[in-house]
Amino acid sequence: MGVSLDLLLGAVVAGVLLGGFYAAVSVGIAISFGMLDIVNIAHPAFIILGSYAAYIVNSSFGLDPVVTAIVMLPVFFVLGAAVYEIYYAVFERRGDEALRGLAFFFGLLFIVEVALILVFGVDYRFVEARYIGPTLHYGPIDLPLRMLVPFAVSILLMAGLQLYLSRTFTGRAIMAVSQDRLALQLMSASPAKIKRIAFGISIATAALAGAFLIIIQPVEPSIGRDYIGRVFAITVLGGLGSFPGMLAAAVLLGVVESITATFYGPSWSPAVAFGVLLLTLAFRPSGIMGRR
Amino acid sequence: MRPATFWLAAVVVGAAFFGLSLQVPNQYYFQAGYVVLQYIVLATAWNILGGYTGYVNFGTAAFFALGAYSTVALYKLLPLPLPVLVMIGGGVSGVVGFGMGYLTLRLRGAFFSIATLALAVVMQTLITNWEFVGGSRGAYILRPAQVPLLGNYIIYLFLVMLVLSVLAIGIARSIERSRLGFGFAAIRDDEQAAEAAGVPTLRLKLAATTLSGALMGMAGAPLPYYVTYLDPASGFNLAYAVNSIAMPLIGGMTSWVGPLIGALFLGTVQQLATVTISSALNLLIVGLLLVAFVVIAPNGIVGLFNAFLASIRERGLRKHWKRAGGDAVRRESPR
Amino acid sequence: MGRRLLHAMNRWLAATIFAASLAPVTAGAAEPIKIGFGMALTGGLAGNGKAALVAMQIWAEEMNAKGGLLGRPVQLVYYDDQTNPAQVPGIYTKLLDVDKVDLVISGYGTNLQAPAMPVIMPRGMVFIGLFGLAVNDQFHYDRFFQIQPNGENAKISSIEGFFAAAMTAKPTPKTVAIVGADAEYPKVATEGAREIVQKLGLKIVYDRSYPPTTVDYTPIVRAIQATGPDVVYLASYPPDSAGMVRAVHEVGLKTTVFGGGLIGLQFAALKQQLGEMLNGIICYDLYAPSPTMNFPGITEFLTKYQPRAKAEGADQLGFYLPPFAYAAMQVLGQAVETTKGLDQGKIAQYIHATTFKTVVGDIKFATNGEWAKARIIFVQYRGIAGNDLDQFKKPGVEVIVAPDEFRTGDVEAPYTDIRH
Repeated sequence: MGVSLDLLLGAVVAGVLLGGFYAAVSVGIAISFGMLDIVNIAHPAFIILGSYAAYIVNSSFGLDPVVTAIVMLPVFFVLGAAVYEIYYAVFERRGDEALRGLAFFFGLLFIVEVALILVFGVDYRFVEARYIGPTLHYGPIDLPLRMLVPFAVSILLMAGLQLYLSRTFTGRAIMAVSQDRLALQLMSASPAKIKRIAFGISIATAALAGAFLIIIQPVEPSIGRDYIGRVFAITVLGGLGSFPGMLAAAVLLGVVESITATFYGPSWSPAVAFGVLLLTLAFRPSGIMGRR
Repeated sequence: MRPATFWLAAVVVGAAFFGLSLQVPNQYYFQAGYVVLQYIVLATAWNILGGYTGYVNFGTAAFFALGAYSTVALYKLLPLPLPVLVMIGGGVSGVVGFGMGYLTLRLRGAFFSIATLALAVVMQTLITNWEFVGGSRGAYILRPAQVPLLGNYIIYLFLVMLVLSVLAIGIARSIERSRLGFGFAAIRDDEQAAEAAGVPTLRLKLAATTLSGALMGMAGAPLPYYVTYLDPASGFNLAYAVNSIAMPLIGGMTSWVGPLIGALFLGTVQQLATVTISSALNLLIVGLLLVAFVVIAPNGIVGLFNAFLASIRERGLRKHWKRAGGDAVRRESPR
Repeated sequence: MGRRLLHAMNRWLAATIFAASLAPVTAGAAEPIKIGFGMALTGGLAGNGKAALVAMQIWAEEMNAKGGLLGRPVQLVYYDDQTNPAQVPGIYTKLLDVDKVDLVISGYGTNLQAPAMPVIMPRGMVFIGLFGLAVNDQFHYDRFFQIQPNGENAKISSIEGFFAAAMTAKPTPKTVAIVGADAEYPKVATEGAREIVQKLGLKIVYDRSYPPTTVDYTPIVRAIQATGPDVVYLASYPPDSAGMVRAVHEVGLKTTVFGGGLIGLQFAALKQQLGEMLNGIICYDLYAPSPTMNFPGITEFLTKYQPRAKAEGADQLGFYLPPFAYAAMQVLGQAVETTKGLDQGKIAQYIHATTFKTVVGDIKFATNGEWAKARIIFVQYRGIAGNDLDQFKKPGVEVIVAPDEFRTGDVEAPYTDIRH
């Protein structure tokens, strides 16, 4: 198939929009794993939880999913803080290896998934919103609002988080705790408290990511598993501890998937994406913009 | 216990177990038992890399499914007896394990784990697009109904998996007591210090990934005959990765006993749950057990047992002290 | 004295008989007849699995209210196979060896039926498959039957109706795009499509598949559009059916005929979600409410099924698997009653020899266990307004365009003009 410029442009644009969504899904891991060294493999489960929260509110009250997610942010923050408290009490204080924490989150992943199955059943759920369906057309470029709205809100989320991390005291403390615990303690901030806030934020982002997910595609409890690989791949690819890196990696992944799907056959997308990740890990483990 | 004695004991126990099993009148025992034995091999194999060396492998499915699919590929080409297929499956996965070890030489901790995850996805995509083995259509493997001497084919599968379990456990224990095992432990405790002390960490890591991968491939090789219909989605099922991590964790990761106990315990629970509670609650059990054990018993069942033994010994010692006028002794001895 | 005693006894006897005849005719305290199966109650196929279970439970309850099977109560013994083929051999071995069930029936889907065959066959059990493609082609088992109306040459007969309908569109199509998911049914379906297209002498301009984990389908649709096909044939499972239909609308696909084997469009959930976006699509189906498909008992069954499914969280419309699951039980039940026993060989012979009257019409099985005559229909959605479910319960919005014996309307084309 000849490389038509229109097709290429369309693929790239679609990839960028998809990348924005992937960034929102991965930002929680960028915080919990990239900055706090906590391998929270249950993060996709929290995202699905966010999707179902948006679904309940949308089907009962007709409220917009993104608005629902924003309202739910404090709830998910508290949830994240609570999970961190358990994690800290059991693992970090004892100084155990990361594997035990990993197993803990694995167990949590299944528990959340089953809870959702028991409550909601296994049918696919979806939401209704005014922007699901219409598309903006600019010449050869199509911008489905279904992808554009999550993309736009995701960019806002990234910008907001980056500002918070670089301008506020707590934000900078969070950046600090990922680099130097002792310095932080000397600054008279308690590392545990800072980490709790950071983890809470990480889970709060899951609420938004969940809303985006259910806008883009129908959701059922077990699809969280499809995202485990992607979120860690993006975080590692971008370089731990770097937001802009993570965003770049997310967009890169989206574009690669999109181009492979358009020109070479969608079946190969996962291999290409994860192949890129493997090569990066083999030759440049610090990622695109990593610090370590 | 000398290595040769252990191997002999293991073979004798295995043979006795098989002899007893043959007395069971129904076949369900063999169907369920096959799965539990398969997990013993997977858990033991995983633990060689994860427990002994400290490198957490998320991609068990890749090695396991490769073993299964090499059987499928050969089934379509020429008929081969099962033990040969097992060896080939092990060989293929071992080579891939070596390759993965080489690719991830410089990776530590979570990076390594993510690389294994990526490998599993790449493998699955490759197999899904490989038309010869059926790709996403799946492949049918017709098994013979009867086998001379044993009767139904499932008993033969059970025997093969039992032999593999004995083999895996024997290998694990041999490693533990050998220089290889000490090297692994050094890597687990502090890799940088080990390197500084002159331990050939890279070579050891390669040995671990190759061995672990090969065993997993051997466990996967008989799978197509067990299920009759194999497709990538079920071959690469997340359950294999989760269980191969959960079982050593629950059983205990420091010795060969842990994965065995973990697999027997969790595997049996899962098989029973399938035919009793039988619903989404199955998955809940795995999740809850995982969380419970990781929180309450960080060293697994073996750890609990050791702690129990230690407390008994302590109580016994204290009684001994008291009888021998221990308080007086203690007051006199210098601190 | 003797006569008075006799008289009294007579009256007692009469009273007892009279009293006994008043008691409801329920299945007595005899040994229940156990029917065993595995079913996908969790995992990817659970949507259909749960729907099938509801239908089978309805049948069992109706049977027991009428006195049971052979005068014995019917008991369903089932386990969740978790949509995992590796669970199936163990489940059926337990059912037969430990639970000692009298009859077995399959779970839903090819992947969950094939693994049971090595367990079923040596024991000579009759096995009715609940939807699967060409399972028996591998085993050639003479006691296997398939309730999905695929016909003897399943790969072809379940697809040719689509192209038969497509070729009636104007302008006559010349080029075809074939696309499907990387999964069992879509793979087989697209293979069949390729064969039919080549026989019809059409040109294939796009032929690709996609992984089920795809999030955004717009690049795929755009790539298809770039080749300018007259017909777009899609074979997909529920999540990608929805994703592709959405993408088709967002990209604004221009073609004469669009549709194929989109699994999921038959279910309430997707019909509600996609609503007007379904207009113009020609889709494979098994049943649509229409005067040509008014089989005996189907309306009564659906009336019983729909509220119950809603309460249990299964598919609310029940047009896809449930009537066929119910029909499978009807076939099995009738065979048992007529052969007056549980002899599997006699039951199999009877099923092969008989034409059954079920809620999905008359069923006659061919030698390989498939339906002698395929009954896959293709419907074109027209005039759907809004997302309300009730419009689907009445004839009108689903116009049957193939095969001829059930047809209620002609194909409207081109797709570009009819789509919403």
